[in-house]
Order: sequence, then structure tokens, then C-alpha cells
Amino acid sequence: MATTADTFQAHTEEHHHDADHKPAFFARWFMSTNHKDIGTLYLIFAIFAGIVGGGISGIMRFELKEPGIQYLGWWVEFMGGEAGFDQALHLWNVLITAHGLIMVFFMVMPAMIGGFANWFVPLMIGAPDMAFPRMNNVSFWLTFAGFISLMMSAFVPGGTGMGAGIGWTAYAPLSTSGSPGPAVDFAIFALHLAGAGSILGAINFITTIFNMRAPGMTLHKMPLFVWSVLVTAFLLLLALPVLAAAITMLLTDRNFGTTFFDPMGGGDPLLYQHLFWFFGHPEVYIMVLPGFGMISQIIATFSRKPVFGYLGMAYAMVAIGVVGFVVWAHHMYTVGLSVNVKMYFTAATMVIAVPTGIKIFSWIATMWGGSISFKSPMVWALGFIFLFTVGGVTGVVLANGGVDDNLHDTYYVVAHFHYVLSLGAVTALFAGFYYWFPKMSGRMHSEFLAHLHFWVFFVGVNLIFFPMHFLGMDGMPRRIPDYTPAFEFWNSIATHGYEIMALSMLIFFANIIYSFVAGKKAPANYWGEGATTLEWTLSSPPPYHQFETLPIIDDGEEVHRHGNASPSQA
Amino acid sequence: MATASLHQKNRRFAILFAGVALGMLGLGYAAVPLYQMFCSVTGFGGTTQRATQGDADLAAQFAKSGAGHTISVRFDANVERNMPWDFKPVQVKDTVTIGQRDIAVFTARNNSDKPITGTATFNVEPEQTGAYFNKIQCFCFTEQTLQPGQEVRMPVLYYIDPAILNDENAKDVEQITLSYTFHEAEDPAS
Repeated sequence: MATTADTFQAHTEEHHHDADHKPAFFARWFMSTNHKDIGTLYLIFAIFAGIVGGGISGIMRFELKEPGIQYLGWWVEFMGGEAGFDQALHLWNVLITAHGLIMVFFMVMPAMIGGFANWFVPLMIGAPDMAFPRMNNVSFWLTFAGFISLMMSAFVPGGTGMGAGIGWTAYAPLSTSGSPGPAVDFAIFALHLAGAGSILGAINFITTIFNMRAPGMTLHKMPLFVWSVLVTAFLLLLALPVLAAAITMLLTDRNFGTTFFDPMGGGDPLLYQHLFWFFGHPEVYIMVLPGFGMISQIIATFSRKPVFGYLGMAYAMVAIGVVGFVVWAHHMYTVGLSVNVKMYFTAATMVIAVPTGIKIFSWIATMWGGSISFKSPMVWALGFIFLFTVGGVTGVVLANGGVDDNLHDTYYVVAHFHYVLSLGAVTALFAGFYYWFPKMSGRMHSEFLAHLHFWVFFVGVNLIFFPMHFLGMDGMPRRIPDYTPAFEFWNSIATHGYEIMALSMLIFFANIIYSFVAGKKAPANYWGEGATTLEWTLSSPPPYHQFETLPIIDDGEEVHRHGNASPSQA
Repeated sequence: MATASLHQKNRRFAILFAGVALGMLGLGYAAVPLYQMFCSVTGFGGTTQRATQGDADLAAQFAKSGAGHTISVRFDANVERNMPWDFKPVQVKDTVTIGQRDIAVFTARNNSDKPITGTATFNVEPEQTGAYFNKIQCFCFTEQTLQPGQEVRMPVLYYIDPAILNDENAKDVEQITLSYTFHEAEDPAS
């Protein structure tokens, strides 16, 4: 986006001496109303939650390295329980629950939406801040309180032992009559808090994007990352209240004698699954759509071309969002749906591959004929396209109601959703991180370490998750800590993959430390002429208050720039 | 930037979208009765139908008209865990003419020393036959109270709707299982 904002900075420095005035430490970080500071808080929080969730997956991976129960009993005793067989298996349920909930609600969502979207949506649309800065603060602290509530659930009784062992899906009746004790109530309360925070955030983003764009920035000129956040915010707004309703029903079924999901009183446990997946399927797009947006920015920047098929890219995301609401029962193929219902959900699910394919091909077409430079964000973005496509292909396999009868709840499903999320969404997060980290911190990271991080991570995660396809095809069920020795080989490979992935995280943290200790000062636009969105017109880091004079998006210059970028017209 | 009109516009948007969120919350709850309605109308998940005497007469006409298709019906009876009742079908299996009224009888006995009120939940397998399994009278329509040691016979008057023969997915079904589960009613009505 070409802009005249460059002129405003000099203006600020001369006349508004308080543009960079920051409040004192406590007021700045605990009572923040500044979208950049709140974004930073979200990112720090997401990294911390990622360490916790990733540590839990480490415990699980080491338990799964060999058949039999090795370490779970030790962990039960470590947590202060009695190490019986049932307690060990309950701990396993607690671990899978915590890993899922933390990674979904407290790592990916805060990083994508709270972190990057908070930081860059106002910058990209030329707004001084979010529409409701104080509500933004409330969103963050609600999410934080949710995380605390989830952590507390691990230390109170949840049936067979400490903690909520209900899976991230919290299916009734396991989550109702199957889990006495307050642990599950704490976990449900955690979801209420995080959900409320996200709904407020969604309202904030929608209002900001609709009302606070700089003059001249029409919806069809918004950067694709802003489009992706807009679609994501609508998904949050429509899906999360349904989850809130479903888990509130769980709560009243557990504590107040209602029977929404209890056949004894005329309820139906299947209804919970319908409600949950009506939220749960849009949720997976909530986690990955902002990643799509970031990848679009990055691919365009490092190909030095505007993104191919801008409108198609934007409306593909809208289409994914809309269709995402009518495919939920493909998570429930084995509950006894009739053939006709399965046929519908199979077809509707496969339809999503069309807009997703449009995006993949448009990214490739953006690179085609571009002047590509393989800087670290670009390498991560290419990794994203590859890994997400692998996950997408196995998704089309699983979309088939008949095939899913065989693969349901096996490691094939685990491999599929980790390829799209833990390899797809997380790779997009790292791409965005290396793309914007110098903009946020004012310090350049080490490109060498960023590349090294990518390659070690890429090898590690593929070693973890690719063998899971084989395990699933062979019938290894998910959510079980023990298995027949026939599955040992690929499980031990996956555990070694985890070790390599963990090593890559050390490189990541080393890189952050390096950049703060010895990183070069970042100029305003350190990626060069390919980076055209408004955040590159500001200093790195941007002034504490930006765009007090709104940038004007100049139509004529926009056309001019496109003319220059197209080699055929040169 | 922070003009009064923008503030007002922002506030309108916030109220509008907060309303949307509340609406979705309401729809989440509305799903409960809607889901039950959907199941009982379509027979989804093997939910059986309730029929009037008139419906049954119409179906009986069809049976008399000589189509004469028969279908086998199995009966299955369960009680909730820890409920001190014996509950079983008198006949395990029956072969009925499609459209013809038939009666199935179950017996229930209260083994405890206090009166217990129970409600029965029910469905049929295969589930696509739920829409064609019509009950005219059933002990499951109301709560049942058994005195200590009392044993009663509980009849079900039902017929299979001849329309089943026109359903692609259901016409080849040779056997339907009708299953009941008795649950202890939370607070006895009588």
C-alpha cells in the first residue's frame, strides 16, 4: 500500500513530544490500553503457554517411546497421588486434555489473534489503536485468568486422580457423570474465561477493521492479513458462543441436576458432540486463517510482487469460513449417522479443498516470475505451504465417511491435525515471528539462526508426525498410553523427532536472546521494496502512538506501483 | 481521529456484534428443543414415532389390501445401572405383517423394598427405520411406579408404517430391534 504516511513521522517528532511517552512499568504492562503492548503481552503469554504445552507433549512422547507404562506412575507420585494403574491412565487423560486445550486456546489463538493481529491490524489499516483499547486489555487478562484456572484444575480431584481427564473435546458423559470432583469445573471455567476474552477480542477487531481504516483504504485494498483477521473474528463471534452454551450445559448437568446430555432425564449425549463440533470445526479455521494471511504478506514481500489473485485470496478465506460452519459432523462419522447424512458431510467437507486450493495455487503463482529472496520468513512460509498441503491431503482422505470408519480416532487423525496445526499454524507463527520480530523489537534477529531453526524444526516435526500416518493405518488408537510392541519402531522414531524439534526450540530462544543482546538496530523497512504495507512506513519499533495524522491511501500511486511491479509492462 | 462520531459508530458496532454473540449463545440453547423436535419428526437416530388410532387404521387397510410383506422385530429391555428392577420382554422376537397392528409385552418387577418410579427411554436399530416405527400405546409414554415386590406386564401397541417399503435406505431391512432402558425418575411423580 503506497502511502503518504512517511511525512507524518517527522511531523510527530517536531510537534508532539509526547507521541513516544510511555507510562511507568506497572501501568504500562498491567493496565495497558496500547495495542502494541497488549500484542507483546499476548506473544509472551503464548510463548510461555507453548513451553508448558510442549513440555506436556514431551512427557507423552517419552511415555510412548516404548510399549508399556514407563513414566506415568512416577508423574502421578510427583503430583502427590498414589500410583495405581487407573491413576496412571487418568494422568494420561489429563495430559492429552491439557496439551490440547493449552495449545489451542492459550498458544495458537493468543499468538495469532491476540499477538500478531493486535500488533499489526491497526498498523496495516493506518489506525492509531484498536477501537476499544480498554476492552483489549480485558480480553488479555481474561485469557490469562483462563490459563490460571486450567492450571489449577491439575491440582484438584477429577475423578480417578488429580486433574481434568476429559480430552479437549470434553465429551459427555465422561465430562459429566464420569468425572466427579472440581477439576473438570475448573477446566470448563477456563474455557469460559478464554472464550469470553476471545469474543470481546472478535468484537474489537470487527469494529476496528470496519470503522477505523485510514481514508482511502477500502475493504478491497486491505492487506490480506487484515482480511484473514476479519474472517477469523466473525468465526469467533459465531462459533464461540455455541461452545459457551454447550459447556454451560455441561456445568449445569454436573452441578445443578439438569439433564441436557443425560438420557435418564430425556437428554442426549450426542447433542453435546453436535454443539461442540459446530464450534470445533470453525475453531480449526480460526487457528489457521490468520496464518494464511501472514503467509500471503510474506510470500508477496519476498517475491517482490503483489499477491496473485488478491480478490480470490480474500474471498477464498470468506468461503472457507462460511463452508466451515456446515461440515461439523465429519468429526462424528462413527456415532451412527445415516448414509445420507454421511454423504452430505463428506461432500461438503471436500468442497473446502477448493478455496484452500485456490490459496495454495495463488501463493505459488505469486512466486512465479517473482524476484525471490530466501530470507528466513520466506523459508518458513514455504515450509508452511508444503506442510499444510500434506495435512490438507490427509484431510481429504479423512473427509470420506467410509474411510473414516476405519481411521476414526487412530494416529492417522493425530498426524492429520498436527500437520495442519502444529506444523501448519505453528510454522506460520514462526514465519510471522521472523517477519515482524525486528519491527516489534527494533532489533534484527540472526538470519543464520532463523534458517537453522527452520531446518532443525522441519526435520524434527516431520519425524514426529509422518510416522503417525503409518501407525494410524495399522490401527494404533489415539489417547492410549500403551500399545502392542508391533508399533514400537515408528513410535521411537517419533520420540527422536521430538528431541530434534525440542533442540530447534533452543535455537529459537537463542536467537531471541542474541537479537536483544547483540542484534543490529532494525531500520523502518528492513525487507526492502517488497514490503509495501503500512507498518513498514513506521520506525522499528513503531512510536508508542502512531498515525495521529492519518495516512492517506493514494489511489493513483497504487496503480502506478502495480504498473512498475509487473515485468510485462516494464 | 477520536471524534465523537467515530466513538458513536464504534459503540453501535460493539452493541450490534455483542448482540450477534448473545444470539448465537441463545441459538446454542435453542438447539436443545430443536434437536429433540428434529429427532422426533424425522426419526433421526432411531427415534420412534407416535401414531393415533386413525393412522393405525389407515395402515391396517394397507396390510389387508394384500401386500403382505413381513418384517421381524426383536425386543430388548435394559435397566439403568443400580436400578433394582427386573425388566425383560415376554417374547424375544416377533414376525409382523407390515401395516398390521401388533402387541409386544414386557414384564417389570421391583426387587427393592420401596416404591420406585421409572421412565423408559427407547429407540430402534437400524436407525433409519425409526421414522416408520409407530407406537399407538406404550408404557414409555408415561412414568411407571412399582410397589415393593410388585410385578406388572407392560404392553406396547405398535405397527410398522407401510411407507417403509418406499424408502431406498430402509426397504431392505429384515429385522428391527426395539430397545428400552428404564431409568429411575429423579423425583417420583406419584
